[in-house]
Amino acid sequence: MNREARSDRVFDVVNKLFLFCVLIIVLYPLVYVVSASISDPVYVNQGAMWLFPKGITFEGYQRVFQNPEIWAGYANTILYTVAGTSINLLFTLPGAYALSRKDLKGRGIMMGLIVFTMFFGGGLVPTFLLVSGLGMMNTVWALLIPNAVAVYNLIICRTFFQMNIPKELQESAEIDGSSNTMLFLRIVLPLSAPIIAVMGLYYGVTHWNSYFSAIIYLKDRSLYPLQLILREILVQNQMSDTMLMTGDDMEAMAKQARIADIIKYAVMIVSSLPIIVVYPFMQRFFMKGVLIGSVKG
Amino acid sequence: MTAQTEPLAAKKAERAPRRSGWKSIRKNWELYVFVLPTMAYFIVFHYFPMYGLQIAFRDYTPSLGIWNSPWVGLENLQRFFDSYYFWTLIWNTIGISLYELAVGFPIPILLALALNELRNGTFKKWVQTVTYAPHFISVVVMSGMIIAFTSPSSGLINLAIKALGGDPIAFLSEPGWFKSVFVFSGVWQSMGWGTIIYLAALAGVDPQQHEAAMIDGATRLQRIWHINLPSIVPTMVILLILNVGSFMSVGFEKVFLLQNPLNLEASDVISTYVYRSGLVQGQFSFSAAVGLFNSVINFILLLTVNRVAKRLNETSLW
Repeated sequence: MNREARSDRVFDVVNKLFLFCVLIIVLYPLVYVVSASISDPVYVNQGAMWLFPKGITFEGYQRVFQNPEIWAGYANTILYTVAGTSINLLFTLPGAYALSRKDLKGRGIMMGLIVFTMFFGGGLVPTFLLVSGLGMMNTVWALLIPNAVAVYNLIICRTFFQMNIPKELQESAEIDGSSNTMLFLRIVLPLSAPIIAVMGLYYGVTHWNSYFSAIIYLKDRSLYPLQLILREILVQNQMSDTMLMTGDDMEAMAKQARIADIIKYAVMIVSSLPIIVVYPFMQRFFMKGVLIGSVKG
Repeated sequence: MTAQTEPLAAKKAERAPRRSGWKSIRKNWELYVFVLPTMAYFIVFHYFPMYGLQIAFRDYTPSLGIWNSPWVGLENLQRFFDSYYFWTLIWNTIGISLYELAVGFPIPILLALALNELRNGTFKKWVQTVTYAPHFISVVVMSGMIIAFTSPSSGLINLAIKALGGDPIAFLSEPGWFKSVFVFSGVWQSMGWGTIIYLAALAGVDPQQHEAAMIDGATRLQRIWHINLPSIVPTMVILLILNVGSFMSVGFEKVFLLQNPLNLEASDVISTYVYRSGLVQGQFSFSAAVGLFNSVINFILLLTVNRVAKRLNETSLW
């Protein structure tokens, strides 16, 4: 008995140590980005700043906020996220409710058609030709409509309705003579606040983070969402002169290169800010979606 | 996502009693209105492109449109099979996916088993909150972090290598490193989030099983191995099948961002090739054919794995 208890204690210590390492591995790069964004780039590039900010400066943030394209991108992204998520909910919730009802004829076929698209599709080129054929090129609609429903989210919703809306509610609504629309609006939706939150968050995060549709469908820079501006700064290393401007002499040139680095870290934080702020409060909703999705669908 | 383990009879009994069809439809006509936009969306934006895939067998020219461009049969596919980059693309696509599966699939399981052994408390909450967070970082920011961290001159990783006395490595310009950078950054980003579903399955384990095992003198490790692990096998199988379901599409968005001319020989996968040849170079028919090839292989893989899982494990997607 004692020997086993000891081995269990050893296990406990090793296990905690292991998880502590995992925690550090995940946390460290995040902390580093935050610290690097407010440290003097000289220290960052030499490796003198490795955990806590050193030579604190907010120049990176200043330059980011001076850039009108970032503001415009931010505004566009907010618009696309709000409009896109509303469209998502409009196309997902009523459909998912109808598909959760056992008295909907042909729901098996409809679910089959929907689920099949998870595993097979026309692919990039035919979708692109369709969207451009519909005249959506270089318009906001190309970002909003072609992704109106995510199959996985629809399944989560449908599962939620099946599990949480008792059949008795539907029956008593029938006896009261209220229509299905009334039932949905007055009873089902108010009972479904958690799933609406989950869906809003999932779709919202997807819109906030998406960039590829914008690459292929948008030509006009004034329509670019934040992620495309970010891509230019972070991936393609292109920054507008106004953001880098420090002066004309040689020393200024060297400074520009350093500033480019600090701007990158600052822009990572700025663009993720809404999610960083929302995440701690909404964590349980985010998790809830996975949990519902994992139950029978 | 479903584990269809319950008997069929029970499912049949679930169905509503049959009413005469028309009467039910007339009574519930609003439900059909509810489902109409959703179905219309799937027909237009998913089934119509599938129909449009026929351009893979035509020589598409924009002036003639999809329906009037001349048929060329398998010419486009043939051209793809004969091209010198065919095997490079296949190898990169399968290589990255297998690598990702081999590393990325077991780690969340291990992590979930370890987390499950912690008592609920501050430490557990911390580990969970922190490890879930990277899931929400956008691909663009994630790629930006990778590029910044692997920079040979000022990147965190190379600063560490230099501090330890090594020579800096240009991770993103040396093709040999691309796949590892891609896979391990993916593990960093998604391992925590991946535990949620396993933790849910582990929460469903009957505590009596553990009590009984303890009375028999089983250690923690033995109980994890013989009780906890088997209890999440169905979840593992389902996730494995779903994983295979996106096998050939390889995290396209991240590959695309991390790709550069120097690492192209290791980073060019079918999906990025389709984008380049189709939307950038305008070879619509050819790239549609390549895309079709990719989807078909993927679908066959999915069917195979699903069938194998069904036979071995009685767990399957359908």
